[in-house]
Amino acid sequence: MDEVRLIEVKEEILGDNNKLAEELRQRLSREKTLLINLMSSPGSGKTSLLLRTVEGIKDRIRLGVIEADIDSVVDAEKVAAQGIPAIQLRTGGFCHLDAAMVQQGVDALTVADLDLIIIENVGNLVCPAEFDTGAHKNVMILSVPEGDDKPLKYPLMFSICDVLLVNKIDYLALSDFDMEALRRRVLALNPRITIFEVSCKTGEGIASWIAWLEDQCAITGA
Amino acid sequence: MHELPITESILKVVLKHAEKNGVRQVNLIRMGVGMLSELEDEWLQNYFDYLSKGTVAEGAKLVIDRLPAKVRCNACSNTYEAQTAKIAELKCPECGEKAGTLISGREYTIKEMEVQ
Repeated sequence: MDEVRLIEVKEEILGDNNKLAEELRQRLSREKTLLINLMSSPGSGKTSLLLRTVEGIKDRIRLGVIEADIDSVVDAEKVAAQGIPAIQLRTGGFCHLDAAMVQQGVDALTVADLDLIIIENVGNLVCPAEFDTGAHKNVMILSVPEGDDKPLKYPLMFSICDVLLVNKIDYLALSDFDMEALRRRVLALNPRITIFEVSCKTGEGIASWIAWLEDQCAITGA
Repeated sequence: MHELPITESILKVVLKHAEKNGVRQVNLIRMGVGMLSELEDEWLQNYFDYLSKGTVAEGAKLVIDRLPAKVRCNACSNTYEAQTAKIAELKCPECGEKAGTLISGREYTIKEMEVQ
């Protein structure tokens, strides 16, 4: 019988993914293409936000979209109908995207012709927060009907995002959603986050989000 | 919820180190996982048992040490441990400041393996 011994490993379990994500991020920076990772629960308005964004930005910014909804092409078709290149990744039931999957999506688009690529991640506030996709900025949506207590339940997601869009503010009058409590909870977790209050239905607040996006494109050199 | 891809990554790292060290059998794998990571230990072991069949890591036990979520106070730079359930209602025990920066709690590390 061999003697039992200890081997020191000290290795990041997600090291491979993190390395690939960093390479992708640097490659896109060299290409002057901004990569945005958009995350939220199902039904909070990712596709509606994308459509509003396309509408508001497509005359000035060359935009492509990577869709990751589980085994469906519905979202990609809606985006492509706006004349925007859209790639549908079939994630086959996966709960999140990782850098390798995003890289496939990026490779399927013609990056040299794009200033901005938005990833519509799988609808879920847990798993996508754990995996670096290679995006330059992480953006999440929380919709008013989901409630102002979500930062307490999904702290990791709120802590890794650069932008929080609070969507469906047209529902505020009908709900007991406390915007001040939400802001306080989110900012305690993540003081550097930028918060926009929007309604994809009425278009309220969308201009501020688009202005932020254009600033980020300018910083990337797009 | 994403235990399967995490387990695949664990196995890959374990087998790499096993090969490098001429290991015949891995008995135990000790990991450090941050309190903010949503992982179910039981599922991790189930998936690992399944994926590791026929490898030197077959039958290895996964031991997970949970690493605390630590926060650095934005006002006085004091470092303190945050309760996961109260992570969005932080308060520095030194100065009472509510804003803090997360400095640990997201780790996924393989620390060591017990092997033969």
